[in-house]
Amino acid sequence: MRRISLTLPALLLATPAVAADLNVTVQIPQLNVAEYHRPYTAVWVEREDHSVAAQLAVWYAQKESKEGAGTKWLPELRQWWRRGGRELQMPVDGVSGATRPAGDQKLNFHEGKAPLGDLAPGKYDLVVEAARETGGREVVRVPFTWPATAPQQLSGQGSTELGAVKVDLAP
Amino acid sequence: MIKHSMKWGALALALVLPLSAQAHKMWMVPSATNVSGNDPWVTVDAAVSNDLFYPDHMPVALDRVTITAPDGQTAKAENALTGQYRSTFDVHLTQPGTYKIAAVNGGLFANYEVDGQKKRWRGDAADLSKQIPSNAKNVEVSESISRVETFVTNGKPSNGALKPSGKGLELVPVTNVTDLASGEAATFQLLIDGKPASNLKVMAIAGETRYRNAPEEIDVTTDKDGKFNITWPHAGMYWVNASTQDDKSSIKQAKVRRLSYAATLEVLPQ
Repeated sequence: MRRISLTLPALLLATPAVAADLNVTVQIPQLNVAEYHRPYTAVWVEREDHSVAAQLAVWYAQKESKEGAGTKWLPELRQWWRRGGRELQMPVDGVSGATRPAGDQKLNFHEGKAPLGDLAPGKYDLVVEAARETGGREVVRVPFTWPATAPQQLSGQGSTELGAVKVDLAP
Repeated sequence: MIKHSMKWGALALALVLPLSAQAHKMWMVPSATNVSGNDPWVTVDAAVSNDLFYPDHMPVALDRVTITAPDGQTAKAENALTGQYRSTFDVHLTQPGTYKIAAVNGGLFANYEVDGQKKRWRGDAADLSKQIPSNAKNVEVSESISRVETFVTNGKPSNGALKPSGKGLELVPVTNVTDLASGEAATFQLLIDGKPASNLKVMAIAGETRYRNAPEEIDVTTDKDGKFNITWPHAGMYWVNASTQDDKSSIKQAKVRRLSYAATLEVLPQ
């Protein structure tokens, strides 16, 4: 887990007065390994007491099987599983989907709209967890305060299964 | 066949002896404690050994094993097999929630003398008066109840299978038994005949003992409510054990009742 570096935007843009946005970029690293499988990945917002404020994304293998496709392996996302993944009935509309390839995966969430919904003002962690078949597992947390009073760019950095995790807050 | 019956005789003896009276540990280890999907299964090893969790001594008798499903009903052990050193069976988790897998052993153990010769006997209450000759002297009878458990959760944890029977030494979870993580504290309660077992020593040992020199026992004591806390130093399978004795046997000839409890609990990394 990496701490964040907080940078205030130098540019002051005239932003229209709309509901706050939470934009996340998850970098899935290119790995030079003999057997590569795209990582199972979960993105969620956690309160200070570790309870889940919003389930934002979960990516797992979608190919049907007797065992329920990738749902058999969802507990491998250990933190996500115990923090609320196990409470969900897959698939979850607008949250669950197929695994993603290496590269920057951009996700946009809007206050008041699923899956972010209404987030009470307070301190949170944006958590990203990735677990890869025949590979490792990593969790990256990016703490943030909601709502942002000015545009904010926050980031965290993974070292093995995840690259940079960027969180852009728009008031 | 003689060899076979001797083996099972020895096994039966091991099973009626309390865990504390022997170095050997009885355990069951599931292949996973958290499962998911449309058709989840786990496979379980059950054995008696010194090293955790390596079968090298005796298997657990399968007829002692009871699987309780989340709805409280008994589930079947599938593909059961008893080998030289271990028994193994599968559990098909057809219901969502937490399953309890238990091996419960109970029996009587007697020492006595006939014509100056020391004799030993083991068996159940129905045979006690029949099997010990009427001219036996210095008859000492003790009762033993031991319980060895492990737990597996399909999806969201539940408590339906975890209700105590009210007999012997039992564990009641405060922290969920399949939701343990390294560096976090877990709280459990021990009961004797359904009542809090206070001031009882509890020992936890992480598995893979073969690959370290120190046993690394964690020793804690239950409080007045029978509760104890363990903070797991690292991830792994842990064997948590407590034993005691009292004079509350339901068998009138038994002056001593030996009670033991052991659970295999999985602690996952953060």
